[in-house]
Amino acid sequence: MNNKYIPLAATIFVFMALFGFGSAQFDSFFSMRVFTNLFTDNAFLAITAIGMTFVILSGGIDLSVGSMIACVGVATAVLIEHYQLHPLVVFPIILICATLFGSFMGFLIEKYDLPPFIVTLAGMFFLRGLSFVISIESIPITHSFYDSIADFYIPLPGNGSLTVSTLILLTVLAGAVYIAHYTRIGRNIYAVGGNEQSAALLGVPVGRTKLFVYSANSFLAALAGIVFTFYTFSGYSLAAMGLELDAIASVVIGGTLLSGGVGYVVGTIFGVLIQGVIQTIISFDGTLNSWWTKIFIGLLLFIFISLQRLISSGLLLKWWPSDKKPLVN
Amino acid sequence: MITDSISVPREDRLSAIRTSKLFWPLAALALLLSFNLITDPSFFAIEYKNGVFFGSLIDILNRAAPVALLALGMTLVIATGGIDLSVGSIMAIAGATSAWLISHEVVNSLWLILAISLGVSLLAGLWNGLLVTALGIQPIIATLILMVAGRGIAQLITNGQVLTFSHEGFEMIGGGAFLGLPLSISIVICSYALALLLLRKTALGLFIESIGSNPIASHYTGIRSNLVKFSVYGVCGVAAGLAGLILTSDIQGADANNVGLWSELDAILAVVIGGTALTGGRFSLSTTLVGVVILQTLTTTILTHGLPVQYTLIVKSAVVIIVMLLMSAEFRHQMKSLFQRGQRSE
Repeated sequence: MNNKYIPLAATIFVFMALFGFGSAQFDSFFSMRVFTNLFTDNAFLAITAIGMTFVILSGGIDLSVGSMIACVGVATAVLIEHYQLHPLVVFPIILICATLFGSFMGFLIEKYDLPPFIVTLAGMFFLRGLSFVISIESIPITHSFYDSIADFYIPLPGNGSLTVSTLILLTVLAGAVYIAHYTRIGRNIYAVGGNEQSAALLGVPVGRTKLFVYSANSFLAALAGIVFTFYTFSGYSLAAMGLELDAIASVVIGGTLLSGGVGYVVGTIFGVLIQGVIQTIISFDGTLNSWWTKIFIGLLLFIFISLQRLISSGLLLKWWPSDKKPLVN
Repeated sequence: MITDSISVPREDRLSAIRTSKLFWPLAALALLLSFNLITDPSFFAIEYKNGVFFGSLIDILNRAAPVALLALGMTLVIATGGIDLSVGSIMAIAGATSAWLISHEVVNSLWLILAISLGVSLLAGLWNGLLVTALGIQPIIATLILMVAGRGIAQLITNGQVLTFSHEGFEMIGGGAFLGLPLSISIVICSYALALLLLRKTALGLFIESIGSNPIASHYTGIRSNLVKFSVYGVCGVAAGLAGLILTSDIQGADANNVGLWSELDAILAVVIGGTALTGGRFSLSTTLVGVVILQTLTTTILTHGLPVQYTLIVKSAVVIIVMLLMSAEFRHQMKSLFQRGQRSE
């Protein structure tokens, strides 16, 4: 097996092991319903994490996604409830504004060479503040369109169901995999993350690539915010606190190197599913408290990061002969 | 600073003041304060009641104290080219530990409570240091682990509840007064003085700066960079623990979920506003403290002028972007050429 697939394989293995553990432990765990619910419950996190994967692949980071989800939720709720706009009119407006916001952050990062950490931190403050300014109260969404979205699903055998959120997630996933592996912009993102200077010398449009990455990420975060309103039927300015960390953790557990240039979108999905399975196991158990989720995720982060270090330091090469040199540096 | 003793020709003095690291942060602070002086002179009123001073200015310093401690530790970590995201969680762990010790009546002596809580914070900080040095993990990721897990650990200690307690000695840390000023201010001043003594009167500060600006060259000159980095993360952990104890003692309860939430970002912001580059190297503790005071003055100004609290975040984000732009070479260049073009056309 090629070295670069080890983190991805480890992630998938951990997911299956956790799911197997849950199935062995609890009676009704091993079912299509539990499996498809993982997607429905974590669709918003998965969509954000896919965007975050691209940002991290390009060697950057985006801390603003959690606030973006809250802000989109509040703005959507206000536009639908107070201004009586149809959701299908609201969504494009929100998505366009979010994408412009993302490209502005990308512009600051690219043009003035500011650290992504600080720029997106400011973005996080700004968006959270904006959602507070729009409304401090939680606004319920009562539009009939939302009811029809909640009622729609494609039934699967074994009580499983593909909800609208899941369908959106799967579409985004397909698009992301296509962009990452079959387009020029995808290759450019990997190149910029691998080594920005080399990429620039080879004629990769570094600036444009970064702009694309941050715009796309804000677009996806906004989409996740819309999916989140499908899930909660409301907009709340305190929603999704700290979600950016869950997204980053998913990306890391999914085997993407935080130094950029190496990783897979599919791994991120499994990173999200692992967090989802841990939560499901804890809720099935009933005696474990919710803070164990945080401790487990911290532990998993530690294991995966150590594994990555082990691989990139070349120690594994001795025991794991591969025909290709690993791409990690 | 060290350069004070060097004599400067008279005509260069003005530019020396202008290029001093303290100039821009202090100018910004002065601007903020004079805005308050014009719009609301009562901002500067200080009252003396029952042996304690009261007033907006005292309040600013008191509220800024926990972040100031965090920022002092963070400055050192950033100077070595690292970053510590876990300080908020370490605050929660330290607070939870102290509350647990008091409410379960494990120990009663104030000094033991302090020693154990700070010892736990030191361990947390050293854990970060271990990941960064021994395993060679990027600091932002290494400390992310404790940031995520730390709050879980703190909740484990408090059993997910807000642990309230009463302990006469311990309540002094956050609520007591010394020389008429809140005790927390004295704690910050002592920590600052101690740090200055250790860093500027020994070669330690120089080592930290050299590791931050060029780790490989420092290694070749014989600096034990891993040991220095390791200890710096430990120091940052202790500073965070102390900040957590101040907050916990102030509200007489440990709220593992909310204590120090987002304060790592405030601390990093203060360091950046103070002019220490995130890439590491040269650092200045005094400008960091000015940065902390600027942030708190900003927050208090917004509150005292009746603007809703929710605008604080928006103003803060604008300040960050403006400060970062002013520090960016490309932006300065653009502004300069704009300015020159304007002059030529006149």
